Amino acid sequence: MTDSAPHIEVMRSQLSRARGLGAGGSGTGHWWAERVTAASLLPLSTWFIIQMFRLGGADHAEVVKWGGKPVNATMLTALIITTFYHAQLGLQVIVDDYVHGKAHLPTRILVKLVTSLLGLLGVFAVIKLVAAGSRRS
Amino acid sequence: MQDIRKALYVGTRSDGRLIQRPMSPHLQIYRYRLSMVLSISNRLTGVAATGGAALGVFWLAAAAKGPKAFATARKVTGNPAGQLLLVGWLASVVYHTVGGIRHLIWDSGKRYDKEELNKDGPVAVGVTAGVSTVLAAGLLGVAAKRARALAKAGKAS
Repeated sequence: MTDSAPHIEVMRSQLSRARGLGAGGSGTGHWWAERVTAASLLPLSTWFIIQMFRLGGADHAEVVKWGGKPVNATMLTALIITTFYHAQLGLQVIVDDYVHGKAHLPTRILVKLVTSLLGLLGVFAVIKLVAAGSRRS
Repeated sequence: MQDIRKALYVGTRSDGRLIQRPMSPHLQIYRYRLSMVLSISNRLTGVAATGGAALGVFWLAAAAKGPKAFATARKVTGNPAGQLLLVGWLASVVYHTVGGIRHLIWDSGKRYDKEELNKDGPVAVGVTAGVSTVLAAGLLGVAAKRARALAKAGKAS
C-alpha cells in the first residue's frame, strides 16, 4: 500500500466488524475464576505434596486404605476438581491466543472435553476407593 | 490490495479517513530479557502441570481398579525414566506456583515496576530451583526407602 489512504471496497461496515470482534462479556468472570482457583490450589497442592511424603513408594493396599479415608477423599476430590477447572481456564486462554480461524472452536471444545473427562475419572477413582474402604470395615 | 490479510490492518482515523494500522514488531525484534522467558515459562509449566495431573489421575484410577493395574502404575513410578517425569511435573508445579503467586501480587498492584520486576525474576528462578530440589530429593528418598522396606518384607515372608 502507498502512504495515501488505501481504497478498499468492503461491503461490511467498520461498526459491524467491530461488533463481531468485540468483548464477549465473560472476561471478568474468567479472570476471577482463574485467580480464585489458583489461590485455592495453594493449600490443596501443599496438602497433596505432604501426603506424597507419607505415601511415596507405597504398595496397593496402603494407597487404597489412604484414599478411602473421608478426609483424604474430600481433599483429593477438591484438589482434582479445582486442578482441572483451573487447567481448563488456563488452556482456554492459550487456545484463544494461538489457535485461529476454523480450528479455534473445535480446539476449545476439545480442551473442555479432555479436562472435564480427566477430572471425572479422578473423582470416580476416589469414589471407588471410598467404596472399597467401607466394604472392608 | 494484493494480500487479503491486509484487510485486517485497515482502520479509520478520527477524521474518518481509512488508514493502514501499524503492525506490532515480531518476537525476534526484541532484546532478550529474563522476564520474557519467565512469562512464557509460566504458560509452558501450566501445560506441563496439567499433563502431570493427568498422570496423577491415572495413578489414582489404577489404584481404584485393582492390584494388577496398580502394579503397572508402580512400574512407571518406580523406574528412573518415570521418576524423571515425576520430577519434571514437580518442578513445573513449583515454578507455576511461584509464577502464580507473582501474578497475584501484581494483580494487587504491587511489585509491578520495571526495577522490581527485574529484581524479582532471578529470585523466582532461585526459589523454584531450591524448592524443587529439596522436594524432589525428599520424595525420591522416601519412595526409595519404602521400596527397600517392602522388598525386605517380601523376602522375609
